[in-house]
Amino acid sequence: MTAEVVRIEGLHKSFGSLEVLRGIDLAVREHEVVCLIGASGSGKSTLLRCINLLEPIDAGRVLIAGADITLPDVNENKVRRGIGIVFQAFNLFPHMSVLANVTLGPRRVLRVPQAEADRRATELLGRFGLADKREEYPDRLSGGQQQRVAIVRALAMNPELLLLDEITSALDPELVAEVLSVVRELAAGGMTMIIATHEMGFARDIANRVCFLDAGRILEEGPPDQIFSAPAEARTRQFLDRVIAAGRL
Amino acid sequence: MLIAVVSSIIFFTIVAIALTSSSTWPLVERDFFDGPTFWRYLPVIAGAFVTNIQLFLIAEILVLGLGLLVAVLRSLSGPVFFPIRLLAIAYADIFRGLPSILIIFVLGFGVPALGLPGVPGDPFFWAVVSLTLVYTAYVSEVYRAGIESIHPSQAAAARSLGLSQVQALRYVVVPQAIRRVIPPLLNDFIGLQKDTVLVSYIGVVEAFRTANIEQQAHFNFTPYLALSAIYLIITLPLTRLTDYLVSRDRRRFLAGAR
Repeated sequence: MTAEVVRIEGLHKSFGSLEVLRGIDLAVREHEVVCLIGASGSGKSTLLRCINLLEPIDAGRVLIAGADITLPDVNENKVRRGIGIVFQAFNLFPHMSVLANVTLGPRRVLRVPQAEADRRATELLGRFGLADKREEYPDRLSGGQQQRVAIVRALAMNPELLLLDEITSALDPELVAEVLSVVRELAAGGMTMIIATHEMGFARDIANRVCFLDAGRILEEGPPDQIFSAPAEARTRQFLDRVIAAGRL
Repeated sequence: MLIAVVSSIIFFTIVAIALTSSSTWPLVERDFFDGPTFWRYLPVIAGAFVTNIQLFLIAEILVLGLGLLVAVLRSLSGPVFFPIRLLAIAYADIFRGLPSILIIFVLGFGVPALGLPGVPGDPFFWAVVSLTLVYTAYVSEVYRAGIESIHPSQAAAARSLGLSQVQALRYVVVPQAIRRVIPPLLNDFIGLQKDTVLVSYIGVVEAFRTANIEQQAHFNFTPYLALSAIYLIITLPLTRLTDYLVSRDRRRFLAGAR
């Protein structure tokens, strides 16, 4: 049995009077890939943002490697070093070259000397077919390239957990595959990931476990074959029927 | 283009003939546009203008640094920073809400009059302090608008890498914000240059004071014209540059680029 990377217990989160997460329990083990599916507004993104403390939580606990990170005296900057997140809209820094985007974290947070950070970043960029984009600025790259740079930027911090927040939703359809293949490669390399996605075929392929979120709760979870072929809950069936009708599965 | 040039030449020629042929023109020319007086006082006033240049260069450097500091202090979030935010807001509100001349008088006459030990009485010193305090308040608001115009997802991306709030501002938010606010900063820089004449009232002998002395000695306003000419040589290019940057930014915005 591998070690538990993240454990979430009774997580609640509201924005004003809108309760987005209504008691989430979830545990993810090392090397596991968990996909979060569900309609827009079901709480997938908020859950990811709560895990790396980008959103303060209202109730419950989040444990990373057994340590409660929601205690008031926890250094959130230290917690975030170990958790990478990739956003739907890439969020690259437009005033920095690709190399500077990737080395910012290692240099300023981990205090890696510039030459060493550059060397490691170049190696990572090369691994994902971006070696020749090192000196480019983000607005000169395609969406797919930008998103791959964003993934490399997160990986440069050597995270023990990677959160992917609908990373293909802002991409033109023909650019989706290049980004998903990067994620497949990471999964094959044993990266622990929680992935919020609308790409059901991809989720079915890559996930060890799929969680269906509905109205701020995990309504149903299990191996992908079970969730996609024989869902137990009527709401899950309804959601999947709509996805199939839209041609996305 | 040709039509515009021809019509402009005809128009301004008619205006010039109309003005110079009026019966009061010799009087106006004697008091305002007296050639020999202009060329006699231009070097004198230009020499005094060096003081204005010193004033606005020193004040501008201080303003650019302190304005950014006030803006950053105001953008820190979290209850711990509340007193600092409150102080920054109070400062910016009060100094933007008062006439510059009032602050120059209070600091330039009032503080030295207290005779406190160690407090300088030099009017130049208090001129720099007053102008810096007034313009830092304006410029901090310009910076703040720039900081707030950067989408929060940029700060979120920086924080998610483990950068602290201050690091996220320093490496990610502020560098982007400064690029956006260069045109309004230039506008305030022009305003500061013009306001350096106000400190003549607390005894700094600069270009306006010098022109004023000559005007009163000779009952002739031409020295003011000389100073105006000097000012326009400096401010017109800056104004054009600001307008150019603003329209370039607007074109870029319309083109959908960042």
